[in-house]
Amino acid sequence: MKKYDITSCISYPEEGAMGKTGSWRVFRPTLDIKKCVKCLRCWIFCPEGSIKRNKDDTVEINYDYCKGCGVCANVCKVKAITMKRENEKK
Amino acid sequence: MALKDFPREEYVLQGNAACAGCPATMALRTVLKALGKKTVMVVPACCTAVIQSLYPTCSFDIPVMNIAFEACAAGASGIRAALDQQGKHDHTVLSWAGDGGTYDIGLQALSGALERQTNFIYICYNNQIYSNTGIQRSGATPKGAWTTTTVGGKQEFRKDMSEIIRAHHLPYAAQASASRPLDLFEKVKKAKDIKGPRYIEILAPCPPGWRFGMEKTVEMGDLAIDTGAYALFESIDDNVVFNGKSKLILEEKIKPKPIEEWIKNQGRFKHLFYPKRDEKCLAEIQEHYDQMWDRYRKEYL
Repeated sequence: MKKYDITSCISYPEEGAMGKTGSWRVFRPTLDIKKCVKCLRCWIFCPEGSIKRNKDDTVEINYDYCKGCGVCANVCKVKAITMKRENEKK
Repeated sequence: MALKDFPREEYVLQGNAACAGCPATMALRTVLKALGKKTVMVVPACCTAVIQSLYPTCSFDIPVMNIAFEACAAGASGIRAALDQQGKHDHTVLSWAGDGGTYDIGLQALSGALERQTNFIYICYNNQIYSNTGIQRSGATPKGAWTTTTVGGKQEFRKDMSEIIRAHHLPYAAQASASRPLDLFEKVKKAKDIKGPRYIEILAPCPPGWRFGMEKTVEMGDLAIDTGAYALFESIDDNVVFNGKSKLILEEKIKPKPIEEWIKNQGRFKHLFYPKRDEKCLAEIQEHYDQMWDRYRKEYL
């Protein structure tokens, strides 16, 4: 990223601009990789973009930034993602 | 085209300030995937100005200019002229404004830019309220909806912005939904290859503003289309083509679900059902949408 040598209010792109937003989470999405059919619906619908799409189209959830909205669990047609309370035993 | 063919690049970075379940970032991810790296975005005062996060960081991996509420399209015109001067004709200028900045405050600048045939894409993500400032009524709020400034429910119907836009006879205008990323991606892709002013409206069901659970964002967007509260169409050189479920509703191949199925899930319409059902208002809302489809059939079928 080219930084400009001028005094002005330019902001530069950075991941985690508002800190680790994973701390907002009340419910934690848990992915059952055996049920996943790689349809990628969770990946495209995740408002945060915190579902990582691997090279072979499997998905991983980035818990550092996942806000726990539950959209992924709701759009999953095969119910591979379930929402569990954060403090619940796994 | 399937979800597997979507580009992997992410231009909306994680850890931004959006609410959980935000439809704006959901739609923006798809839109920027379609437009690619060579995009300059103009953002007026709207939720996205907040989602961008605080100085000295920015959550979007493309150049963004923030501008006053009413000047979104005017700012985009300026950027377009500057890019053309530098010979960067292949860069896309994207105006990304909310419904307040499009329907109400930014209308004159938008109308001016469309009339000047400015070569840019204007996208309005329509969440039917001023969400950023705390859920006030806008020109896009439907009748009966609660907002902090219409406590007993809004008395008036929303304005039909797409008709106002289409009256400018621009090369491309479309309505899409955040809940249909494939359709949205294809529309943005199509708009990218057209020269001249282009307008796309995206329905963005806002969980805190509409008062529904944050996991239901996609469900609400789909229900709006199924019940006929919102239509998916595109207009290329004044030829209007409906697509998806809206096409079937237009051709009367399927009957739209009753509007009640959409509004009963939203807390902003709760006063129509509790403590007593407001049959008169519900009938008026249903009739309004029926009339809207009758008008569509008369004009576009």
